[in-house]
Amino acid sequence: MPKVKVDGVELEVPAGATVLQACELAGKEIPRFCYHERLSIAGNCRMCLVEVKPGPPKPQASCALPASEGQEIRTDSEMVKKAREGVMEFLLINHPLDCPICDQGGECDLQDQSVAYGRGGSRYHEHKRAVTEKTMGPLIKTVMTRCIHCTRCVRFSEEVAGVDEIGALYRGEGMQISTYLEQAARHELSANVIDLCPVGALTSRPYAFEARPWELKKTLSIDVSDAVGANIRLDSRGREVLRALPRVNDDVNEEWLSDRGRYLVDGLTRRRLDKPWLRRDGKLQAATWAEAFAAVAAINPGSSVAVIAGDLVDCETQFAAKQLAAALGSSLLEGRQTGMAYDTSNLAAVNFNSTIAGIENADAILILGSNVRDEAPLLNPRLRKAAKKGAKVFVIGPKWEPTYPATFLGEDAAIINELPAEVVAAFEAAARPAIIVGGAGLAKGGLEAGLAFSARFNLVRDGWSGFNVLHMAAARMGGLMLGYAQKGGLADIVAAQPKLVISLGADEVDWTKFANSMIVHIGHHGDKAAHAADVILPGAAFSEKDGTYVNTEGRVQFAEKAVFAPGDAREDWTILRALADAFGVSVGFDSFAELRAAMIAQVPALGAEGLAFYGDLPAAPQGARADGVIAAYPIKDHYLTNAISRASPTLQRCSAELLHGEVQAEAAE
Amino acid sequence: MLSGGVHPLMADRHIEPDSPELRARWGNFAWTAENAAKAQEIVARYPAGRQRSAVMPLLDLAQRQVGAELNTQGWLPIPVLEFVAAQLDMPIIRVVEVATFYTMYNIAPIGRFHVQVCGTTPCMLRGSDDILAACKAKGLHKGHTTDDGLFTLTEVECMGNCASAPMVQINDDNYEDLTAADMERILDELAAGRQPKTGTQLPGRHTVEPAGALSNLTAMVAENHDYRGEW
Repeated sequence: MPKVKVDGVELEVPAGATVLQACELAGKEIPRFCYHERLSIAGNCRMCLVEVKPGPPKPQASCALPASEGQEIRTDSEMVKKAREGVMEFLLINHPLDCPICDQGGECDLQDQSVAYGRGGSRYHEHKRAVTEKTMGPLIKTVMTRCIHCTRCVRFSEEVAGVDEIGALYRGEGMQISTYLEQAARHELSANVIDLCPVGALTSRPYAFEARPWELKKTLSIDVSDAVGANIRLDSRGREVLRALPRVNDDVNEEWLSDRGRYLVDGLTRRRLDKPWLRRDGKLQAATWAEAFAAVAAINPGSSVAVIAGDLVDCETQFAAKQLAAALGSSLLEGRQTGMAYDTSNLAAVNFNSTIAGIENADAILILGSNVRDEAPLLNPRLRKAAKKGAKVFVIGPKWEPTYPATFLGEDAAIINELPAEVVAAFEAAARPAIIVGGAGLAKGGLEAGLAFSARFNLVRDGWSGFNVLHMAAARMGGLMLGYAQKGGLADIVAAQPKLVISLGADEVDWTKFANSMIVHIGHHGDKAAHAADVILPGAAFSEKDGTYVNTEGRVQFAEKAVFAPGDAREDWTILRALADAFGVSVGFDSFAELRAAMIAQVPALGAEGLAFYGDLPAAPQGARADGVIAAYPIKDHYLTNAISRASPTLQRCSAELLHGEVQAEAAE
Repeated sequence: MLSGGVHPLMADRHIEPDSPELRARWGNFAWTAENAAKAQEIVARYPAGRQRSAVMPLLDLAQRQVGAELNTQGWLPIPVLEFVAAQLDMPIIRVVEVATFYTMYNIAPIGRFHVQVCGTTPCMLRGSDDILAACKAKGLHKGHTTDDGLFTLTEVECMGNCASAPMVQINDDNYEDLTAADMERILDELAAGRQPKTGTQLPGRHTVEPAGALSNLTAMVAENHDYRGEW
């Protein structure tokens, strides 16, 4: 713990800290472009110069200088001021003065820091360098003349994403940042380089020229594109969400966001259900709310009611529907739309117990039936960190491209019953062994086999729980906590032949099985369920309502309402409350606050932000085995995973161009 | 030099674009038996798992093999870069970074003789402009290859032969203490298929020992003189 003096104030800094970190601990702002706390240190922008004694009598790059005992650091001296001005002047030599037409304007590190630390004017009157634009795919727009060569994007791709595709070509003044042969960046975290870029060289292509940051209302929300529950900020103007940006949460998403979570927002204004629809003579026709409710009430289903929850719904909506079904006398609730029927009697057995941040510390990991990059893009960098620390990773299932060394054991789920000696040895030697059971694994009896594996290798030990289930739906854990699971899964609902099925945005269900039921769809997009529905009641998307979400590790998180739902669409809970009136029953709440209070009274864990506690892992049933060949993973197209993303032109284009190799015609600019 | 300080040749340095023709010509690139052995020997110089360290010597080897095939100085087509990347199990972009950074890797087709004229201050003061003029008189243009495919002319920065300036590097050899006449003679001889004398062109000079009489440190001739008192 070296003691240093920053601007005359003595403080102790952690061993291994840099001078920059020491200055930050002392509350001093150090300007920087290339330094980023989640990336390796490059030391090439020179903006963080400070004066350090003892040492050579010249400014030193604080990001790359270790803090050591007795250093006297000055961040406020004349030398530092001149050094910063000098560096800024050099950086601006080749930087175009096109802030008025630059999308980074208003949230640009270079702009802010040149105001704060630069000279008033330029002394440079010669020609500036110009660099041709580079193609980086449908998500990243490049204006490479603005690039200041901080190499954050290069380091992110290599270190965090694990996909070496961006590099610094040529040298000196000729240096250019580019992908190989200007191919599109095609990994699932590619757009994070937009956030990392301190200038306007890499900006968001779909968001190009849409808005200025100061016009936007910022709302804290949760990403619903997968079960990781990345913390996001929705930037909206008027009634439209213009973009989603990641928020820092070290426990969940660090500060990254998957491409599909970032870009599904433009699907929020397209293909929307903005008025009620009724099926008359086999055709859906627009209706009023009163007509729609009258039609639903006319079914008079008695207790023959089932609710099927979709992947994107919040806990409040599921709770409201549960209360309505209960008031009608039914407990037929299901959220696993594709018919999965794993045992949910103990939620600890269907939870990601290591936690997303904790899995970094595992030293042996068995992935049973999960393509982590598709199913939880933000979990993959964690596994990569674990692998970098030396964890051995094994995968049972069809081959995919991990960004770390992993051994594929085969496609037969039964391999987990008789593991190869190499795997057994690795897990017997491991201090923090872990298993991750994915959707494809759950479908082959992976849950019970996983529990047996857990017992065999003692996955739960002091301060460590290595048994993990990786879900894919943002609604899943919340739904399971609220009882959205039948013993036999969706098949139980089909067998019950309910008169009335309420779909809460359940777009993945095979609705042909409910030909004899009346299907009331409360959803926000004209997707698969809307085609099958008899009555459509337009609801709100995740951005248009307050809601509670529980991610795959059981973390309860709250999202806030950013904008109003379009047209006649209403927040889901109000629709369910009105349905209760139509049926003449009481659900026990008249306001959102009452709803939430009732929900928390029933499931107290949903009231507290943070990890829910599900108790101890159950014992594996006798003779538990996994069986069957995992032919494929459930996600076929990782850009188009839900109703919102299927409506998003950006993600449609990503899917067509990056997954299916279509060539998109570019309009001449 | 442009007024903006952009060196026209540096800015012009570009990877030869990928094309079906390039793929057809070089897609099947593989080491010759001799070079395969050499490559193996080079990779073996580095610890196991650190084979990426061999990227620079392997790129050089590949460039020379391409040169031997084309009877030129050799260059690195994209499929050859990919071949080296695959051999060292490293991402192609990291190989391209190296190949584009170092100007000794030619990333576009080049003539049989790569004439690199030093134009940095000491050479310029000693007459590198005349050397360039001599090249121009022989039909060489900066950044271009002559029509017969023999010469590619590049102006480069200091190559560390200031004591025998002006100098030019042609392929692996240096020619120093040049005059315009020397330059023309050297180009003629190379064109005729003969190997001119390398190194200094001054008669009576061997390397970079003082040309003629000593002009300074004369007291050092007789003894190990201590000059410090005279500073």
